[in-house]
Amino acid sequence: MIVADKKPIEEIIDTVKDFRNILILGCNECVTVCEAGGKKEVGLLASALRMYFLQQGHEVNIGERTLERQCDHEYLEEIRDIIDQYDAVVSIACGVGVQFTAEKYHSKPVYPGVNTLFMGANEARGVWTERCQGCGQCILAVTGSICPVSRCAKRILNGPCGGSAAGKCEINKDVDCAWQLIIDRLKALGRLEEYESICPLKDWSSDRAGGPRKVVREDLKL
Amino acid sequence: MNVKTPSKLEKMLAAGHLAVTSECGPPRGSDPEVIAEKAELLKNHVDAINVTDNQTSMTRMCSLAACIRLKLLGLEPILQMVTRDRNRIAIQSDILGAASFDIHNILCLSGDHQSFGDCAKGQNVHDIDSMQLIQTVRHMRDEGKFLGGDDIKRPPRMFVGAAANPFADPYEIRVPRLAKKIAAGAEFIQTQCIYNLDKFEDWMKKACDRGLHEKVAILAGLTPMKSVGMARYMKNRVPGMDVPDDIVKRLADTPKDKQADEGIKICVESIERLKGVKGVAGFHIMAIEWEEKVPEIVERAGLFPRPSVN
Repeated sequence: MIVADKKPIEEIIDTVKDFRNILILGCNECVTVCEAGGKKEVGLLASALRMYFLQQGHEVNIGERTLERQCDHEYLEEIRDIIDQYDAVVSIACGVGVQFTAEKYHSKPVYPGVNTLFMGANEARGVWTERCQGCGQCILAVTGSICPVSRCAKRILNGPCGGSAAGKCEINKDVDCAWQLIIDRLKALGRLEEYESICPLKDWSSDRAGGPRKVVREDLKL
Repeated sequence: MNVKTPSKLEKMLAAGHLAVTSECGPPRGSDPEVIAEKAELLKNHVDAINVTDNQTSMTRMCSLAACIRLKLLGLEPILQMVTRDRNRIAIQSDILGAASFDIHNILCLSGDHQSFGDCAKGQNVHDIDSMQLIQTVRHMRDEGKFLGGDDIKRPPRMFVGAAANPFADPYEIRVPRLAKKIAAGAEFIQTQCIYNLDKFEDWMKKACDRGLHEKVAILAGLTPMKSVGMARYMKNRVPGMDVPDDIVKRLADTPKDKQADEGIKICVESIERLKGVKGVAGFHIMAIEWEEKVPEIVERAGLFPRPSVN
């Protein structure tokens, strides 16, 4: 899923302090699962903002809505009949949701309420870690299903570097060395001899480097 | 042994001499005299001088410019190049720039993570890795072509090196990793600083068992300790460094004003022992901000005078 983290309340207040009708817009997908931007967080943020405005002596109307998804036209249409009641939206969906909401409601200011971080997994209660950077050319088949692009701090395709110590990365002892994990996994699969094949220069043109990406599926188009 | 490049280091190794290299860190400023002064200290006692590339990610004068300065002084530079800061365009371009000054040695590295340096908020590049950098230089030299396929007019003629750290983890792939670097095209290796000689000898034996010492020239890396504080710092804080307790203890048991001398002594003793290790083709003496001690180490280790090669 896409993992996000709440922005500090002070930062959100700073962006919306001059508005008097604010819609807090949550999303029922990834940000709900990582507890940063779902219905519960919409309620918490709305309460915090009400308290702030009350202390400032301002009467501010704060609306709460949580859509099934903010990355689909269909669900974003659900707020068309209420959007004019507000002069600003705080979207606590991922960056995709913020932008898609802004594209749909072109004259309405939409502010982000979370920092969108990465595509990751829920390792333990309250812990999410990165697994994918969407490079567009998946190499997991040759790396024992562990991704050096997203999990090595230097995205080294022929690792580990000299900074790998006791299974951890040189940048932080809390970070696993991706190449230690790859080697452990190749060993478990009985494929350690594959370690010696050299991974060639990667084609990054399908990555961020190649410019904004797009998928067009003719078979699905209406 | 046929040489493939005009590199003095390659000729020295091909002639069967134990090679001696050292390193020179460019200054954190633009004063060219710093390089010249360090070079002056080293020039009669080493065959080639590595010039580090923004080591520990602290921004410094660029390695290429400092290498050019050494070359213009008549010395033999080894251009260290990290993949952290350059994409494949900049890498090929800098290689050609170095080749235009007849810099004949390159050491291919990935580089310390930028979080260690003074630009921790910056991006890193890592378009290619150190293994692929070795391949890139060999491709440019041997095929005379750019990565994009076009011909290079006057291709680089560089002796291609790589680093090896026998002390990093996981240990079981340390020799396979060396084999991989050789397969990528590495012709010489400079190792991480060796303090744990037993472990180094085990790594070297395993490399020799696979015949790797016949395919690549391995220069054993050494850094003299200035003090017990430095030993503790290297042991606890520097990634991929293996400093055994007995080294720390030996320095700790030495009076403070004698610790530097003891550090030099340990370094000389290490060289003496490593001279007898099968597969060791030379020494890479990295006296960090202590270049003035390199001549003494080289002399005391019986590696002076340096042989001459044509």
